[in-house]
Amino acid sequence: MYRYDSYDQRLVDERVDQFRDQTRRYLAGELSEDEFRPLRLQNGLYIQRHAPMLRVAIPYGHLSSKQMRMLAHIARTYDRGYGHFSTRQNIQYNWPTVESVPDILADLATVEMHAIQTSGNCIRNITTDQFAGVAPDEVIDPRPLAEILRQWSTFHPEFALLPRKFKIAVSGTIQDRAVVQMHDIGLEFFRDDAGRIAARVWAGGGLGRTPILGSMIREHLEWQHLLTYCEAILRVYNRHGRRDNAYKARIKILLKALGKDEFSRQVEAEWVHLRDNPNTITQAEFDRVAAFFAPPAYRDQPAHDAGFHAALASEPGFAAWVRRCVQPHRQPGYRAVTLSLKPTGIAPGDATDAQMDAVADLADRFAFGEIRVSHEQNLILADVELGQLHALWQAAREQGLATPNVGLLTDIICCPGGDFCSLANAKSIPIAQAIQQTFDDLDYLHDIGDLELNISGCMNACGHHHVGHIGILGVDKDGSEWYQITIGGKQGSDASLGTVIGPSFAADEVPGVITRLIEVYVRDRHADERFIDTVRRLGVAPFKAHVYDKRADQEAASV
Amino acid sequence: MSESPSRVIVDGAIVPNQWPLMPLPALDEAVRKQAGKVVLFRLTGEHPYEPAQLAALQVPAGHVLVPLAVWLAQKDALAARAADGEIGVCIDTHELVEDLVASCADINVFPVIAVRFERFADGRGYSIATLLRTRYGYRGQLRAVGDVLRDQLFLMKRCGFNAFAVRADRDIEVALAGLRDFSEPYQGAVDDPQPVWRRHARN
Repeated sequence: MYRYDSYDQRLVDERVDQFRDQTRRYLAGELSEDEFRPLRLQNGLYIQRHAPMLRVAIPYGHLSSKQMRMLAHIARTYDRGYGHFSTRQNIQYNWPTVESVPDILADLATVEMHAIQTSGNCIRNITTDQFAGVAPDEVIDPRPLAEILRQWSTFHPEFALLPRKFKIAVSGTIQDRAVVQMHDIGLEFFRDDAGRIAARVWAGGGLGRTPILGSMIREHLEWQHLLTYCEAILRVYNRHGRRDNAYKARIKILLKALGKDEFSRQVEAEWVHLRDNPNTITQAEFDRVAAFFAPPAYRDQPAHDAGFHAALASEPGFAAWVRRCVQPHRQPGYRAVTLSLKPTGIAPGDATDAQMDAVADLADRFAFGEIRVSHEQNLILADVELGQLHALWQAAREQGLATPNVGLLTDIICCPGGDFCSLANAKSIPIAQAIQQTFDDLDYLHDIGDLELNISGCMNACGHHHVGHIGILGVDKDGSEWYQITIGGKQGSDASLGTVIGPSFAADEVPGVITRLIEVYVRDRHADERFIDTVRRLGVAPFKAHVYDKRADQEAASV
Repeated sequence: MSESPSRVIVDGAIVPNQWPLMPLPALDEAVRKQAGKVVLFRLTGEHPYEPAQLAALQVPAGHVLVPLAVWLAQKDALAARAADGEIGVCIDTHELVEDLVASCADINVFPVIAVRFERFADGRGYSIATLLRTRYGYRGQLRAVGDVLRDQLFLMKRCGFNAFAVRADRDIEVALAGLRDFSEPYQGAVDDPQPVWRRHARN
């Protein structure tokens, strides 16, 4: 993975000094709330319901074991012994004090980490596929360009105060796992006819109040021009994006207002002036960064392992875990392993300091000391030998990190919701927990199969509810918490936004509604058809009928 | 609050302010709301003043920063003073830099161009400055005025500003340190177009 040189290190060290001074001036009353707000947000610091929340960047989801131990240390020292891995490959701490944040940042800087631009109206953490570099369907490893983008976007002076937040995702696979179409800019790398690295450029995607999938504004951009082309997009947005209404300030609204063709024309006209300027990436810089992402020292391994296959046959628990939590790998004899942060009864994405330390130990023992964080809020050990999977499973199980539910209904993506977030209309974690408890029977869960259930506590959509096969959105009705259900959303190359099934539900009705949706699927599915496929084939109507008929039955019974 | 403090930062030094900003009459505007929130920023390209109103304003004698809208309304009458180097122009963040450029044969006729930040959080001024320096070849003094605060000075400097009228209620000596927040930025920008990997051999 990428390691800082003296220039990277000096920048984060100077950032710590800068923020320490800003915090001091704020606490001394020299900076007003309004003046401090953008400064603290650009360091990931929110003022929340109970206490401040600090969001720390995990660039494109990569962590070393040493960094993971520091995250554990911070949870233990400055927080209440846990952290929350978010849907944008960040970690959030819910209970630090404002006064302690400069010290936290100083601790992070010692392990080449920071909280720069994890919030605020600026370019946020660059995200990508959690299996980058190891996925069999990968065409281009997106990480070197993600790191180059990270550096370019860090304190970019022209784009430090945009109309609204700005999210960039990159991917280099056949099957998109970085949800590039729901980002302000999505860059999908491929190898062109001449064998060069190029990108399809998507712009104007985003969830939130007005969910829109991105538009492809350029079909072919050679990698050298990545930064200057992004500058052209951002300049058009910075100048003309709306600032009079925060709900209409994302680039997607500008793109929609201008139309894709006119927006693209303006970007291209701007790029004429920027193309080939010194921010054009050189081969030397690409090679320098790419060298950090060279494959680890894999051992020559047979494609099969007798012990592994024997354990699969004799231990159903291990077999279930392998089926859900072990993913294919491009290197023969290796696998990628997902450690589920979604056991029943725990807020999705939460990990304790002890678990973080344990994951760091597992990474050192089994996976070259490296860890990935996924936007599905799980942790990944990307390079594990086939013959070590059983030992890893046993060790992970002791830490509660081997729930065999990855990709299943209980692998819920969930924002912190009304328990923590001051923006939320409704709680989301208790809803996730109630659903997990309802579907606690593993055999039934495995029978239901692949199903993505996403929960957001408000229309800001941190829980990506629009692209969940089942999406749950917390809404406020006259001061009480209600939940609107969508079905048919999907992330990936064939992304779609979900359809609302009808009037919203009270919290205690939600698990029953999910049960009814699953009943329709189990009743009507074709062989080997996933939930999302059944919804796409049948439409919303049969699901809606079953859910609301049931409600009518209950109301009739209670009269 | 006056937007013409007595001292300003020019090229890293604190000097007397020789370019006062001509004030515009207060706008008699109703509070505008969108989605229940007060509108803080004008849309790019908005024109809040009537042309006749702008044409009737008296431009003070001596060195003066004239709001772009006034310059556009009175540029013929001001041409001689401009040729004598007495006139600078002040562009608001919601105004179009293209209008300024189109208004004269050579923008370097202005010894000073100011960009006025009604609110410091309005990043449009950074693109205006960048365009003036890179696309339109402006070589004179580029000054940030209005809600100009210590914590944005480094960004402003990188976008091509070399003068700063720090808000009058803030200590300009303290603000000066803001120009030195970072020593080796990553990306090329106006002040140094070379990104760090072209400035130095990295390993």
